[in-house]
Amino acid sequence: MDLNFTPEEEAFRQEVRDFLKDKLSEELATKVRNGRDLNRADMEGWHATLNSRGWLAPGWPVEHGGTTWDSVQMHIFEEECARANAPRTVPFGLGMLGPVLIKFGTEEQKATILPRILSGEDWWCQGYSEPGAGSDLASLKTRAIRDGDDYIINGQKTWTTLGQFANKIFCLVRTSTEGKRQEGISFILVDLDTPGIEMRPIKLIEGGFEVNEVFFTDVRVPAANMVGEENMGWTIAKYLLGHERTNIAGVGASSEALSQLKALARKVKRKGKPLAQDPIFAARIAEVEIDLEAMRMTNLRMLSGVADAQGSVSSMLKIKGTVIRQAINDLSRRALGALAAPFPSEDVIGNYAIAPAEAASNAANYFNNRKLSIFGGSNEIQRNIIAKETFGA
Amino acid sequence: MDFSPTEDRRMIGDSLRRYLAEQYPIEHRNKVAYDGEFHDPAKWAELAELGILGALVSEDDGGFGGAGFDITTVFEEMGRAICPEPMLGNLMALRLYAAHGQAERIEAIIAGAEKAAFAFDESDAFGDLDEIAVKVEGDTLTGRKTVVYGGNSADFLLVAARSATGALGLYEVAANDAEVLPYAMIDGAGAAEIILDKTKARCIAEDARASIEAALDAGRVALCAEAVGAMDVIKVMTKDYLMQRQQFGRPIALFQALQHRLVDFSIEIEQARSITIHAAAKLDSGDPKARALAVAQAKNLIGRAGKLVAEEAVQMHGGIGMTWEYAGSHYAKRLIMIDHQLGDTEDQLRTAMSLSDISEPA
Repeated sequence: MDLNFTPEEEAFRQEVRDFLKDKLSEELATKVRNGRDLNRADMEGWHATLNSRGWLAPGWPVEHGGTTWDSVQMHIFEEECARANAPRTVPFGLGMLGPVLIKFGTEEQKATILPRILSGEDWWCQGYSEPGAGSDLASLKTRAIRDGDDYIINGQKTWTTLGQFANKIFCLVRTSTEGKRQEGISFILVDLDTPGIEMRPIKLIEGGFEVNEVFFTDVRVPAANMVGEENMGWTIAKYLLGHERTNIAGVGASSEALSQLKALARKVKRKGKPLAQDPIFAARIAEVEIDLEAMRMTNLRMLSGVADAQGSVSSMLKIKGTVIRQAINDLSRRALGALAAPFPSEDVIGNYAIAPAEAASNAANYFNNRKLSIFGGSNEIQRNIIAKETFGA
Repeated sequence: MDFSPTEDRRMIGDSLRRYLAEQYPIEHRNKVAYDGEFHDPAKWAELAELGILGALVSEDDGGFGGAGFDITTVFEEMGRAICPEPMLGNLMALRLYAAHGQAERIEAIIAGAEKAAFAFDESDAFGDLDEIAVKVEGDTLTGRKTVVYGGNSADFLLVAARSATGALGLYEVAANDAEVLPYAMIDGAGAAEIILDKTKARCIAEDARASIEAALDAGRVALCAEAVGAMDVIKVMTKDYLMQRQQFGRPIALFQALQHRLVDFSIEIEQARSITIHAAAKLDSGDPKARALAVAQAKNLIGRAGKLVAEEAVQMHGGIGMTWEYAGSHYAKRLIMIDHQLGDTEDQLRTAMSLSDISEPA
């Protein structure tokens, strides 16, 4: 066993660092570090920067604009981007639809859609969950009925992240009500400009807007927009959910959040001394640091293909990764004590800052990140997956 | 021993519960809590008319209550409605005015004619009376107070400040004489930054350390009771949701994994209620050390229970629990942010460690 990175891997790390130092503006990095909402231009700008370097979709095959990186290089890239406070790329096109098309799409779908994901011409969002179909996704009811060369879609999707910026949506729809529920689901691509679609924003607990409801009324979509065969959607969805979870441990992001927490604890005071010197609070930080260190190794073991029980390892990482991140968010909020109170848009009143600028969104981020253990298959569903694998039923 | 409330307290609790249920539904609550003045003057006047402020003051000082259990009776109901009115700031101000014989001001506050807030925290010294730096010069104050609860709507600010002798005193500033910067808090309701620059002040007491500590403890007991009220409501909301939400062809309440989690947090709510009763009793004990220990123990447990209940309630609601539109998300926020007021779980633990006999010699 050798837990060191090879010289080639270290050289790669340096290359990533140099790129980030050169291309990531201090202004954007500060916004990410301070936990501020990124606007559309921020996200599109960073997308274009990565694209021009050829690093936008590292997991795609080279012929479609990806890289030849192995999983350790991917990990190094993620880690360095998080450390530099680069924005995370929007995953719906790059991490979800892209891999689905590469695996299941026609040559024409690949040729027309993949380049437009990379160029940023298309912004994809996800139409999976419905009001009555969350953890029990297979109970989805949005209907697509064949009509000549089209499908006509009726129904409602919800929790569509960043739908407000998207021009396209990929959906799971019901194309059959016979047999097993899972066998009547299809995966279809929809242009959001199509008549009959309405998107409504959902305001979240901390006051932000990032998810939406999408309503479909007699929406006519060409049958050529289906990915894979009719009623094959569940297979695609399962493939995609596996993909969605590969970086869900978020080791890089949690490491950066932890170092920010430590910096904050050294800066704010309790009883006349830095909070970091308070044994109770220091113990809390040390505990989460221990958990994160273990998860870093678990993640690397999985990446190296050593860890067994492939299916449930990603579920385990999702549970542990989100719980650790939430614990760091919790401490980052607590470190502010009374100063965590102001509404995030009001952290500076006139010329008077209340909490330190880099921490003013800590309470809002704590509340927002309660979503981590709910979305992408809630932690309860992940436990079901592990339990099923453990007990075989 | 008798754990049942007196007839008077039952009446005040019932009438406050009815009033808030009718007059402060969640839609109105959210409008007031996050917009405009973060306070509804008409409703405040009605609360005063109901006698809610008088219930926080003893008969000797012009009210008709003032005991620990009067405070918990009022604040449990405030918590059930997560009412954003500045009751906490006025409670602490009333305790301080009472401790220093300010009958006229107390009368005006009880009548709803005036409002006051207690300005103690400073951004470099929150939760630490020893570090208070706002200074007294002649009959003026200079410095800044941060996150003053109810400072947005107060007519008078009671300011903890340090005189040249180093004593921690209490001074009254008319809000009009200070620079008051109001804002909403993340869980709703108003606070303010108070900027004092040779601002005219009336000395209430040159050495007010003991009365300030007592007022803060009364505030902590109030927050504990508020949390108990909010937890009772969010528990019912969560139970109802689990019974109503269908997934996998059945109500999710039938999944034992979820049942046990609701049971676990229900147990913590009962513990929280019990320790709040204990602290409320000690508030009137006349023994400052016993009072401070019981209050710190209560607020520590409340902080832990509140976090468990808030986080579990959101998690068990799934995406719905994450939305602004769902009332439960505002209860969850309130429960989390109560821990940030008047000293959090860790602060209370430090106090409890220092006041308990844990580290006495063998």
